[in-house]
Amino acid sequence: MRKLPSIEAIGLSKAYGSFTALSDLNLKIEGAKCVGFLGPNGAGKTTTLKIFTDMIFATKGKALINGIVVHENKRLALEHCGALIESPEIYPSFTPHEALRMVAEIRGVPSSERSKRIDEAIAEVKMEEWKDKKVGKFSKGMKQRINIASSLLSEPDILILDEPTTGLDPRGQAEVRDIVKSLKKRSRLIFMSSHLLPEVSDVCDEVAMIDHGKLLVYDTLSNVTMKFSGDGGSNVVEIGLSKAVDDSTVAGSISRISGVTGVEKMDSRNLRIKFSGGVDAQERLLADLASMRIGMISFRASSSALEDTYLNLIKDTL
Amino acid sequence: MTQQNEPSLEGNKLPTSVTQVGIITRYEILNYFRSRRFFILLVITLLISGLLTFVVGYYGVSRIAGSPPQSIAFYGAWWGLASSLIIVFCAVFFGGDAISGEFQNKTGYFLVGNPIRRSSIYIGKWIAALIASLIIVGVFTAIMIGNGLYYFGANIPSQFGEAFLFTLVYLIAALGFTFFFSSLFKSSSYSILVTVILLLFGFSLIDTVVTNLVHIEPWFTLSYGSNIISNVFTVPYPPHVTTLSGFGGGGGRGPTLTEYIPTIPEGLAIMVIYFAITAILGLFLFEKKEFN
Repeated sequence: MRKLPSIEAIGLSKAYGSFTALSDLNLKIEGAKCVGFLGPNGAGKTTTLKIFTDMIFATKGKALINGIVVHENKRLALEHCGALIESPEIYPSFTPHEALRMVAEIRGVPSSERSKRIDEAIAEVKMEEWKDKKVGKFSKGMKQRINIASSLLSEPDILILDEPTTGLDPRGQAEVRDIVKSLKKRSRLIFMSSHLLPEVSDVCDEVAMIDHGKLLVYDTLSNVTMKFSGDGGSNVVEIGLSKAVDDSTVAGSISRISGVTGVEKMDSRNLRIKFSGGVDAQERLLADLASMRIGMISFRASSSALEDTYLNLIKDTL
Repeated sequence: MTQQNEPSLEGNKLPTSVTQVGIITRYEILNYFRSRRFFILLVITLLISGLLTFVVGYYGVSRIAGSPPQSIAFYGAWWGLASSLIIVFCAVFFGGDAISGEFQNKTGYFLVGNPIRRSSIYIGKWIAALIASLIIVGVFTAIMIGNGLYYFGANIPSQFGEAFLFTLVYLIAALGFTFFFSSLFKSSSYSILVTVILLLFGFSLIDTVVTNLVHIEPWFTLSYGSNIISNVFTVPYPPHVTTLSGFGGGGGRGPTLTEYIPTIPEGLAIMVIYFAITAILGLFLFEKKEFN
């Protein structure tokens, strides 16, 4: 039996002179899940992720990946961890295929599988047409796709992603979200910083919020929004319908579903439903709504709930 | 969930650090070739060699090899004139921004987040710079020997073999030196500028000032140690200290000039120590430098 993938910060601090970028961060994330890492600019998100990849060094404390202290044994710690920090540049004279081959060799992808893995990674980020073109001619978004492919190349157990959709167009952002979702299905641990709350709502199971270098909260998405969104302990989901729904259905059958504390019609085909309880309650609500055959075509945790939570917890932008 | 459903990386086996050094070396050389900097330096080398070939052919070999022409004078003049310049160019072209460029251009972010020691990256890049430089030096040497064979047949003086070895030591030291400055700065411009100034003019200036004004031996500069490359062609090898007095007339009461010539062991020691100290310091700086 393999150990669960894990990343852990123990009393992690980072200071630049008198400025404290990270203050005594204690956080343990374990198992196959996607954890969103949220906070305003300068909160310490990238600092944390860079310490986890040994790009910068903690002033105090330890960063562990799979139980191994990164700074003491980087090779072993990062062996099963793919990382994308900020927006790396690739040697402009290299083609994506060459850049990825270099990473594959460094990571020990067997030579018999190398080409296949590289092609798969390139296909995953939809860059097949460009795989033999020089990176120097690529846009920022195209380079970011190659960077994402690079982090996926060795099929790591753990992925550390620092704002992975930076520079990508909306389609590219959606594709990255799909990649992250598919990785979750393949039992990976994904630790992802992002400023895009809808993105986090869409793909993450848990969130950690940080501000001024201090961890404010770490819990499941539903628990965090329930506790801090200001919706009176309710969770919120948004559903989309293929046809207009009448007020009697809203006020009647939907409002009477067990656990539902309020229903708001955003427009004729979109509803915002507040309910009490966690993930189990959300699962029951989905099943109940589906059984009502009201033409439900989408069901998602409300990003506005996370936004409310974020705004309640984080008062400053810097 | 208590365990993973789909274990990953069953087929991956992390290479040893030594293997990773080789990987970095190969791709760094590919980068040199692709980025044209190698070919620019190759063209410069061919131009210098071509110019020397033309000068010797046009003005006659006796112009640089004495009358009657001697092969040792020919090799001494050719090698002494240009080999140090070629080495400095190699060090600057291949080492000047080797490390600082990783910070400035953010290419380091692509590499450093992988399971590879920074020392493997540093050493791999250094070896790549050395190999690229050796190719350039090889071309320069081949053209010189081609000329030598034309004018003097197979009569290659043994001193050239020594000078060639000393040049390789100088190349190693110069690359260690440029890599140190490349690690010291995060800006490619600064690291290149400082190494160009020091290697092309700075050390020579220090040598002159220290020797003539302070009257001490400039054993602490790399250029002083590298003088053994050209001095070895002088037979017998020049004395370590030469004092010339009586300049300016006045019955020998003028200023006294002292000329210092490094002995071969001293010159080698200076270059080896330069390499050892700058390589270790450069590696240490790269290990400690943060990508922020």
